Amino acid sequence: MPKLQSVAELEKYRAEILAQRDPAKPCIAVCAGAACDGMDSAAVAAAFVTEAGKLGGKIEVRTTGCHGYCEKGPNVVVTPGDICYFEVQPADVPEILAATLKGEVVERLVYKDPNTGAKAVHMHEVPFYKHQTRLLIGDNPKIDPMRIDDYLAVGGYAALVKALTEMKPDQVLDEVKKANLRGRGGGGFPAGSKWETTKNAPEKTKYVIVNGHEGESAAFMDRAMLTGNPHKILEGLIIGAYAIGAQKGFMYTRHDMPLLEKHVRNALAQAKEYGLLGQNILGSGFDFECELHFDVGIFVSGESSALMRSIEGNPPEPRPKYIRTSVSGIWDKPSNLNNVETWANVPQIITKGAEWFTSIGSEKSKGTKLISLSGNVVNSGIVEVPMGTPLRTLVFDIGGGVRDGKTLKAIHFGGAMGGSIPADLIDAPLDFDGMSKLGAPIGAGGLLLMDEDTDMVEIARYLLDFLVNESCGKCAPCREGMPQMLHILTNMTQGKGKPGDLERLEDLAEVTGAASLCALGKTSPDPLKSMFRYFKPEYEARIPGGSGDK
Amino acid sequence: MSGNNIDGIIAIIEKYRGQPGSLIHALVEIQHENHWLPREVMHQVADALEVPFAQVMQIASFYKAFSLTPKGRHEVHVCTGMTCHLRGAAKLQAKVEELTGLRDGETDAENKFTFETGACLGSCSIGPELIVDGKHYGRMTPEKVEAVLKQYE
Ligand SMILES: Cc1cc2nc3c(=O)[nH]c(=O)nc-3n(C[C@H](O)[C@H](O)[C@H](O)COP(=O)(O)O)c2cc1C
Ligand code: SF4
Ligand code: FES
Ligand code: FES
Repeated sequence: MPKLQSVAELEKYRAEILAQRDPAKPCIAVCAGAACDGMDSAAVAAAFVTEAGKLGGKIEVRTTGCHGYCEKGPNVVVTPGDICYFEVQPADVPEILAATLKGEVVERLVYKDPNTGAKAVHMHEVPFYKHQTRLLIGDNPKIDPMRIDDYLAVGGYAALVKALTEMKPDQVLDEVKKANLRGRGGGGFPAGSKWETTKNAPEKTKYVIVNGHEGESAAFMDRAMLTGNPHKILEGLIIGAYAIGAQKGFMYTRHDMPLLEKHVRNALAQAKEYGLLGQNILGSGFDFECELHFDVGIFVSGESSALMRSIEGNPPEPRPKYIRTSVSGIWDKPSNLNNVETWANVPQIITKGAEWFTSIGSEKSKGTKLISLSGNVVNSGIVEVPMGTPLRTLVFDIGGGVRDGKTLKAIHFGGAMGGSIPADLIDAPLDFDGMSKLGAPIGAGGLLLMDEDTDMVEIARYLLDFLVNESCGKCAPCREGMPQMLHILTNMTQGKGKPGDLERLEDLAEVTGAASLCALGKTSPDPLKSMFRYFKPEYEARIPGGSGDK
Repeated sequence: MSGNNIDGIIAIIEKYRGQPGSLIHALVEIQHENHWLPREVMHQVADALEVPFAQVMQIASFYKAFSLTPKGRHEVHVCTGMTCHLRGAAKLQAKVEELTGLRDGETDAENKFTFETGACLGSCSIGPELIVDGKHYGRMTPEKVEAVLKQYE
């Protein structure tokens, strides 16, 4: 593939790709995302390739990233029509191909409502999908992440073209500011103002970074996006670099995901080959390079300053917050870090405009949010809904409620630095500020259902145990305070609670939260605080002689 | 260093020769290439990158991404992430420990299995999970563990 020298060459090439593709030709998309892969979707994909090969090119087969409905994998989607087949086995393959050739549907493999038995054939009819707004993840079934041409075929890099040819860097920045895009990595901080800080910092050398670390337990959407559609994130990053005036970018992600590594490496190489990375991108005069970096298996490396230390090749220890990485980050140069999902939103904001973007979502939280739905839920998977959607929609309409016919006890957001709220708050809207007020900040977007059998003392113990193992040990309140809280909670779960334990926990939570250096220590008592707020009697019941003693 | 990927390791060390600031990058790449960090290799890294051996050891032993002992022929993982935990990972872990006689991080005398618990690998929807040599066994129950481990020699 010769390098594309101009926007005209890119558009000509895109037209050629589209001319070769017949939308009426059947295509089988086999999910190879983490969950489907775990259910051996590779064997299903191999069977499709072999069997379809015998049909002389009448049906195309594509392996893709996560489709969303991970619970029912291996997942297969047939286009045209977006016919969804669930829990597909290699033995089902000939029947699916035969039906597809005849324009028919294999009824036994489509969705069946567990209560009514009603069937749903097409994606927009399947309950899990039909309540969603899949702006970011919706392209996954259409894209083989190893093929940049698939991304171009769905309009990929058109936003970059628009930014480079029709907009000045300041206009790009303005659009993102007007869109009120808020960071998806946990803080909900406005991306536009962060970009502006880095842009206005005096140093000439500037960096942009993708935070693809996703250390939050049971959050899996960032990896699904990065593995399933790496070019979307890269396109967002290049646009951001153009707006900010950065010459170099970094993608920082987990060392333990071989498929993710393969896809991102390949995407970077292909973008370079096509001239979308490197010198004089599409003849615009803008130069930008991007490198891939890996963590060292510790949760705190997802924190902004620790992550930048790690990219420099140093131990990932956070720095005090008064040093702002936007001004003094990697090698003390201005560095703008955003989460995978934040970057993924950028191309559509540029293509469709801030006005369109702000028409979606709630008053202060715009756009959609990817949610990793798991725990004791019937339909686990990756869900995308407009901000402001009531949790009830997520939990019941999409999630199908609680597994095994049990009742809902609590909803937990935000992993070990998040919080749990009781089932009766189910009508709260999904919103950065609202959820924080309730004590269960959205965090990265890991939503867990907990059923009636869940022991809330044990959950707090488990989360603290996780953080104790992940603390970098740099500051004393975190290093010493968390193990002491863990010790008390462990005793309580073993029936060895003592009078005064709850008061001691409250004191320790106070001190650790106030005196720790980084957000890991600062927010470590948050799950416990949410439990004291909503589930205190359960804790009191573990203290002999306490008010709740049984 | 039999069994190690010597050429790959040497290439990585050469790439970072004389660059003490690239110690962690070098170790990450060697770990990826070789799956563990032999002592001789860490000596070579120390010499080439011009950092004290003690510092190499300190970094290599602190972070979970690095392994200082060779792994068994098969690596057995149980995910202890939050969803897997809610769905019974502890019972799964207990069963693996009972069957293999190994605790978290250990390798048996015959070098057959290395057992490790680990962070969420993003396949929460099929948890709890047993993962052997990168192959996922989703929706596991303690009863099914023995049959899975039996397939590995
Ligand atoms: C202990 C800790 C771990 C974090 N891990 C992640 C992570 O894995 N991914 C992420 O995007 N942000 C993580 N963050 C938040 C980042 O520090 C940072 O705020 C974020 O990447 C900024 O991107 P955003 O503004 O687009 O959300 C973590 C923060 C802390 C304190
Ligand atoms: S709060 Fe914990 S993780 Fe953060 S710097 Fe201090 S010891 Fe390290
Ligand atoms: S991994 Fe296949 S649907 Fe999520
Ligand atoms: S919690 Fe086990 S895979 Fe995510």
